[in-house]
Amino acid sequence: MIRRYLGLYVVAVIIAVLPFLIPNGFYLDLAIRMGINAVIVLGLNLLIGFAGQISMGHAGFIGIGAFASAVLPTHFGWHPFVALVAGAVLAGSLAALVARPIFRLKGHYLAMATLGLGIIVNIVLRNEAKYTGGPDGMPVPPFTLFGFAIDSDKHWYWIVSVILMVSVWASINLMNSPFGRALRGLHGSEVAAQVVGVNVTRYKVAIFVMSAVFASLMGSVTAHYVGFVSPSLADFGHSIELITMVVVGGMASVFGSLVGAVLLTALPQALATFEGWETVAFGVILILCMIFMPKGLVPTLAARFGGRRE
Amino acid sequence: MSLLSVISLSKTFDGVKAVQNVSFSVEPGVIYSVIGPNGAGKTTLFNLITGIYTPSQGDIRVDGASVIGKLPNELAALGVARTFQNLQICMNMDACENVMVGAHLRLDRNLFKAAFRFPALARRDRALKQEAEDLMRFVGLENYLTSRADSMPYGALKRLEIARALALKPRLLFLDEPAAGLNPRETLDVDGLVRKIADSGVTVVLVEHNMKMVMNLSDRILVMDYGKKLVEGTRDEVRHHPDVIAAYLGA
Repeated sequence: MIRRYLGLYVVAVIIAVLPFLIPNGFYLDLAIRMGINAVIVLGLNLLIGFAGQISMGHAGFIGIGAFASAVLPTHFGWHPFVALVAGAVLAGSLAALVARPIFRLKGHYLAMATLGLGIIVNIVLRNEAKYTGGPDGMPVPPFTLFGFAIDSDKHWYWIVSVILMVSVWASINLMNSPFGRALRGLHGSEVAAQVVGVNVTRYKVAIFVMSAVFASLMGSVTAHYVGFVSPSLADFGHSIELITMVVVGGMASVFGSLVGAVLLTALPQALATFEGWETVAFGVILILCMIFMPKGLVPTLAARFGGRRE
Repeated sequence: MSLLSVISLSKTFDGVKAVQNVSFSVEPGVIYSVIGPNGAGKTTLFNLITGIYTPSQGDIRVDGASVIGKLPNELAALGVARTFQNLQICMNMDACENVMVGAHLRLDRNLFKAAFRFPALARRDRALKQEAEDLMRFVGLENYLTSRADSMPYGALKRLEIARALALKPRLLFLDEPAAGLNPRETLDVDGLVRKIADSGVTVVLVEHNMKMVMNLSDRILVMDYGKKLVEGTRDEVRHHPDVIAAYLGA
């Protein structure tokens, strides 16, 4: 049972040591972005990797959270924390509302439906310029809690780290619980899960909502951390980027989600030296990954070195 | 009262009459077999009773109450479990986890408690693992307690399906061709296993092509052909019935 959390301890050590190794603010910023992405990708992996469903519009939920945190305090004077919760509730409700009809679909159709959902959110954000600033985006007031403004990168680093640790811990627990086994079971065989009593629709809806809430919360965090939001947060390209992180890191692997998020957040920076060829290099690396490690980095390496998965 | 009553049940797929006007009832504690040539409608009958298909006509009653329109998961809650002719194993999970999924309805499925691993839930989960391993031993899978499902041979997976169904603690267990694709030795083992399950108080409904096994185990037998009930009765009644001999030998 201790083994189950081994990876979590490793992550904790890395998080604790990292600030002392980081040479400057640029890398601290990068680390925070990695952490934010890691939480979103983890939430998405619960849906895609564990439950076997796809969401091609996940950036839409990030957009909802981000713009809730920007619009509600700016235009309506809401407290940022209330705005963050409101964003999460909105994203969760929207997910729950569309999930029932959407999860009647499978495969390509499910992909199309979720893709459409993400695009609709993006269009709304672009067109409601009166509130959202349209394609130009808008500034976000700083996050305050109990009268303190959280404005330094150091603060955000620790906040994101704590969120990440809790998410990883909760995800490991969840996937090794009756709830998680039901989800993985319906991925393995929907009819088998059904005949042992799993209400398949309810479980798909639950994990979709949960994953949307994860995305919305981290959208809010992104908004306050960066201090600025634009609709590109919610665009299709961003959704695809997140799915790529899931796939490269490893489907149905908690730590694969982290590795995927960290690598693919860092990679564009590392490739910046290729000047103009970075997208090509990025593409080549992804293709090579998929050819030689179709199961994703972490599951492949775990199998190669004889470890048990996770 | 009969545990299961099927009354004038019919199912039509775009004009194909897969099951026509079939009636029978299963008393508690028996082993009841459904036999018939390929395409006779046996699996369709199972799919109707376990809620995977909705009947076109007729009624199905469990303990006297109609279960028409209930989903498979709702039938599971009534104590109806089944296995599949074409394996339905979750290959993304351990063998033991497959069995644990079977106990789904007996567990606390709360998402929040699970995420924060409440002690009571964690304790129950450890006890469940033990229970699942005992079930695997019961069906003869003691060598696969720590195996991944995708590394197990076909015969073992067939038993794993039975263990998963038993984890539901069913009152009524439907076994769809448990001996299909097994060698004579394995078939004999399954024969013994079905007897053991019945002796533990579970009512078993069996679809099977292996006549030796059917004749050895069954208290009553339903013979189907072309979607219709041909004969129903005890094994001796069925064995010597001219229509059965005709259907099987084509005479």
